[in-house]
Amino acid sequence: MQKIKYILFSILFFITFQVVNAQRFPEPEFETDYTVPETQTVSPRALAWEYMDVVVLFAALSIMSWFVLKKRSRKGIFWTSIFSIAYFGAFREGCVCSVGSIQNITLSLFQADYVIPLTVIAFFVLPLLFTLLFGRTFCAGVCFMGALQDLVHIKPVTVPTWISKPLSALPYIYLVLALLLAATGADFIVCRYDPFIGFFRMNATFGMFIFGAIILILGIFVGRPYCRFLCPYGVLLSWMSRLSIWHTTVTPSACIQCKLCETSCPVDAIDKPTIVKPESADKGRKRLITLLILLPVFVFVGGFMSSLMYKQLSAIHPTVSLAEEIKWEIDNHKKTGSEESKAFHTSGIPAEQLFADAASIQSQFYVGTWIAGTLLGLFFGISLLQHAVVQRRTDYEPNKSNCVSCGKCYKYCPVDKDGKSSLIQL
Amino acid sequence: MQKNKLNRREFLKTGLRATAFLSLASITGLAVSKSMSDDLVWQIDPYKCVQCGRCATNCVLNISAVKCMHVHKMCGYCDLCGGYFKPQVKNLDTGAENQLCPTKALKRKFVEDPYYLYEIEEELCNGCGKCVEGCDAFGNGSLHLQINHNICTNCNQCAISKVCPADAIVQIPEKKGYMLKTGFSAPKA
Repeated sequence: MQKIKYILFSILFFITFQVVNAQRFPEPEFETDYTVPETQTVSPRALAWEYMDVVVLFAALSIMSWFVLKKRSRKGIFWTSIFSIAYFGAFREGCVCSVGSIQNITLSLFQADYVIPLTVIAFFVLPLLFTLLFGRTFCAGVCFMGALQDLVHIKPVTVPTWISKPLSALPYIYLVLALLLAATGADFIVCRYDPFIGFFRMNATFGMFIFGAIILILGIFVGRPYCRFLCPYGVLLSWMSRLSIWHTTVTPSACIQCKLCETSCPVDAIDKPTIVKPESADKGRKRLITLLILLPVFVFVGGFMSSLMYKQLSAIHPTVSLAEEIKWEIDNHKKTGSEESKAFHTSGIPAEQLFADAASIQSQFYVGTWIAGTLLGLFFGISLLQHAVVQRRTDYEPNKSNCVSCGKCYKYCPVDKDGKSSLIQL
Repeated sequence: MQKNKLNRREFLKTGLRATAFLSLASITGLAVSKSMSDDLVWQIDPYKCVQCGRCATNCVLNISAVKCMHVHKMCGYCDLCGGYFKPQVKNLDTGAENQLCPTKALKRKFVEDPYYLYEIEEELCNGCGKCVEGCDAFGNGSLHLQINHNICTNCNQCAISKVCPADAIVQIPEKKGYMLKTGFSAPKA
């Protein structure tokens, strides 16, 4: 009996399925010799270029590093920058770029079903590798955004330290936020709020156009505002650059402390010689120990503070915002009438499943905001520790993490390769 | 003492350098293990698409890479085409006032009585999906929106995918390329 029921059911199911799948209008039977045309599709044109992009990126990085380290030629750096703007910016319209690639990498590490293209991995790893070897030669002008800001910087103004120091924390916050939103699959904010891509594509929204214009106009006076105060990839590059094996120097041979290069740097990355003041080793040690004890406090406070924001942040995720909308509909017995709500109702997914998905994403955000805040606390603590450790310098040197190897200081140094100074000895 | 201190600093630096290199290598390795030799392209799943019209306005290109495509095999060659004519149209002719398509990209040609062929002139199509909506509502659903890969710049993150209300924009292998319909409703897996 059970078996018959089962068979009957499956026959019935099969019939209804057939009916559902049938066409409303049958295929016409033509009397003339008309044949039904095939649907024409065309294969992608852009993909071959993606491999070309990787080759060009590698070549540009190599040439740039050669100009920076071997030739010390600002002219060479300048023309390579122009090429980058022309190729990566104008011709390839700025996508894919290394700055945005951090999000793809994060998404691929956290979401099982995301498949990352090999070219994007190359764009992520090549600049970091070159920076670990040669310093931030990528920033010097291979990055079309850096190159663009370098070009417009024509009336340099020095930013006071009390403004630039707090602002230099922004890239860390932006990086952590971008990683959190990428890891949860909510959004790629670095791509969405890219200030320059709209210029190259000629399709910026009004808000983004204003944002890009502000950064460019600001960039006339302040050197590279996006690189210094926003770029999230720059954070990773600065870590790599700090450990770089070969890094460019202001002087081609030995520094004579002439002070000529002191204000030449567009990103204030030339460290002055330190005035050695006598300080008891005891005092220094005490300060170091205090900060080491405070470090876990910063980490905890950072994690706790940002975990308070997990609900607001999770609303950026489309699934969570849709769940909120549907919940509102159920509570108020109304339809919002938005396209999202319509699409959800036609999809036939039960509301319970949507709510469960949204809840699991929200719990991901809770853990994510804790980790993000912890990282921010750690960065803050470590940067304080760095200031606490006294570093002795006798020469004018580029600050390896902040220097973008743009080569603008080269011409200020009066010393030539053989150590001969062009200054008139008095 | 001084020499010793310098050595310690050098040692730390080399250690950190090695750590940086190794972590870079391991992140790359992990990412590569999850990547695919086949390239991915963006495409619209026609069975999820709800024809909201956002494809026409949200593509980063000034004229959207989303175009209407016609699977002629599914078409009923109807005289009264839900995708071609506006609702409650009086005359079934090619007069502009009768056409649903805002850019006159959908062409109607007589084949034999009572059948008409509908073709899309792709240069004119802006991917608004009005004809798709009509065809889905009244016809066989043979018209549907697809991303033309010859126009698509294959952005890192498709701008339309972020605003699509139905999550219909997916990444598929380049070899597959298109997701053309095979029947009125989605084939059951």
